[in-house]
Amino acid sequence: MPDVDITPLVYAGVSGDEPAAAILEPLPVSEAPAAVNAAARPRRRDARRALPAFLRNPAALIGALILAALVGAALLAPWLYPDDPLDLVGRPLLWPGARAAFPLGTDSLGRDVAAGLFHGARITLLVAASATAISLALGIVVGAVAGYFGGRLDDWLVKLIEIFQTIPGFILLIVLVAIAEPHLCIIIVAIGLISWPSVARLVRAEFRSLREKEFVMAARGLGYGHGRIIFREILPNALPPVIVLTSVMIASAILSESALSFLGLGDPNAVSWGSMIGAGREMLRTAWYLSAIPGLAIVVTVLALNLVGDGLNDALNPRVAAER
Amino acid sequence: MADLIEVRGLTVAFRDAAPVRDLSFRIDRGETLALVGESGSGKSLTALALLRLLPGTARATGEIRLDGRDLVALSERQFRDLRGRDIAMVFQEPMTSLNPVLTIGSQIVEVLRRHEGLSARAARGRAVELLDLVRIPEPARRLDDYPHLLSGGMRQRVMIAVAVACRPRLLIADEPTTALDVTIQAQVLDLLDRLRRDLDMALLLITHDLGVVAEWADRVVVMYAGRKVEEAPVERILAHPLHPYTRGLLGASPRLEGIGHYSTGRLTEIPGSIASAAGARACAFAPRCAWRAPRCEREAPPLATPAPGHAVACPVILAQEQSLAAAVG
Repeated sequence: MPDVDITPLVYAGVSGDEPAAAILEPLPVSEAPAAVNAAARPRRRDARRALPAFLRNPAALIGALILAALVGAALLAPWLYPDDPLDLVGRPLLWPGARAAFPLGTDSLGRDVAAGLFHGARITLLVAASATAISLALGIVVGAVAGYFGGRLDDWLVKLIEIFQTIPGFILLIVLVAIAEPHLCIIIVAIGLISWPSVARLVRAEFRSLREKEFVMAARGLGYGHGRIIFREILPNALPPVIVLTSVMIASAILSESALSFLGLGDPNAVSWGSMIGAGREMLRTAWYLSAIPGLAIVVTVLALNLVGDGLNDALNPRVAAER
Repeated sequence: MADLIEVRGLTVAFRDAAPVRDLSFRIDRGETLALVGESGSGKSLTALALLRLLPGTARATGEIRLDGRDLVALSERQFRDLRGRDIAMVFQEPMTSLNPVLTIGSQIVEVLRRHEGLSARAARGRAVELLDLVRIPEPARRLDDYPHLLSGGMRQRVMIAVAVACRPRLLIADEPTTALDVTIQAQVLDLLDRLRRDLDMALLLITHDLGVVAEWADRVVVMYAGRKVEEAPVERILAHPLHPYTRGLLGASPRLEGIGHYSTGRLTEIPGSIASAAGARACAFAPRCAWRAPRCEREAPPLATPAPGHAVACPVILAQEQSLAAAVG
């Protein structure tokens, strides 16, 4: 189980050094507001500035294109390969390229590897995205509540986070899946359950610093309740590092799901890349392509997600951007 | 005339210190009261106590009445409805007091919808009017701007627009111009003064700038180390300051003319720094005071009223004044 490393995501917040003295106040009524506006615009930093920065980064762009292709493949799978990828469709152990009908060959039971790859992309991405969504929801709520309210509630929630972090994640995942039946939903929930603590810690740290900001005090001074302050005032400010973390989490969810399927603990009715590797394991010496092709798919996907994560970090983190 | 706000015996205490002690003052309707003192005198804590926004470790005791209604007895939920609607606050730092990820329009709209239950469309229309009211040029176009597009002075105007959106009866301005360029300070204060008159608000102006006080305040409360040391109408405090600290502040202020100290062309300074608010039982100003007498070290000076509306906590000066008056009389 790869640990999600959040150390490079130290983040300086959205509002930083602003051009205070650079912009002079226009005289009482409209003297030169347009000029003031124009002077301020190049120094802004927000989503509209971050997107071009992201697109200028070639590595991030490549990662994004690979991901787009994968999502496309996953969406097109039912049309390209309308049959069940678990069907036995040809002679077993055809090498890639040996038969035009099976460009990536067939496995030991005569199942089409290409069909498995496409349908596997569906399952893999579905599991990874859903599991990440669950852990984001859990982690954001726990982290926000702990960081915002502080005090004893914070102590208890931090203890809860620490309990989850001291248990080896992958072992917990195996136990959870072994106790329940290996159904796709169970796997999704289980992966979500083992990965939320890193989100919670990050969000908690962001909230702890953001809750001291003056705009939070101003919001309280306007009579807003805690829920509104947490979700409308603070959370949008805390999101950039969470967005960066998300790409890394999707990657690690893919790895968890693949590892689980490789061990034969995945959903037996669904093809995933991990289960394909697991099925090809016994023929590693004679038909290595059976493990290598889905393995390569995993490597490329995780790499693409990491490239996107790095690109997002560079684009959204003003300190890194300033060093360029 | 009935008081709008009446504060009696307000004490703000942390575990080991009480930065505001036994503070009493009142604000009339439509009046500007200046709360004056140097950093650490408890001005801002007083403002936060009025809004019940003190940090969690602080305990406030005393009596706060708004229109005769006891604010201390209100539940947290009731108080939330009151904040922003009856009492609103403009903070010191316009650069950080607006949420950087929300447009200024949405920040005004939000408070209107929170307290007045307006529809989104109606609130947007009101937001344009409010931006116009605080003299932001082309308000309809500015509505969708993010705070970082605005200069400090413009942001402070937006903050003021947010604060007055629901026509509060009391507006607290905590050093509203300290972070701004000198050229903009007067504009912002003029704006606050105009809004006070137009919207029939009272204004609690927290400042350390006596130039600001002289021009915009009706009455002045001078605080030192958490206590009120002098309170008087502004003309009287400028012409006839009694407390040694008030005199020191006036002597150290360059803008005011007609003050004795200033005629020499030199500013005087108050020696030393503000005493720690903790544990001072006698007069907190005594260590820095030129009029210090033995009794100042022994007992806390009581507030006396030498003239109607003028209170001062310095028996030494009062005794001196009386003997002076007797000698003249």
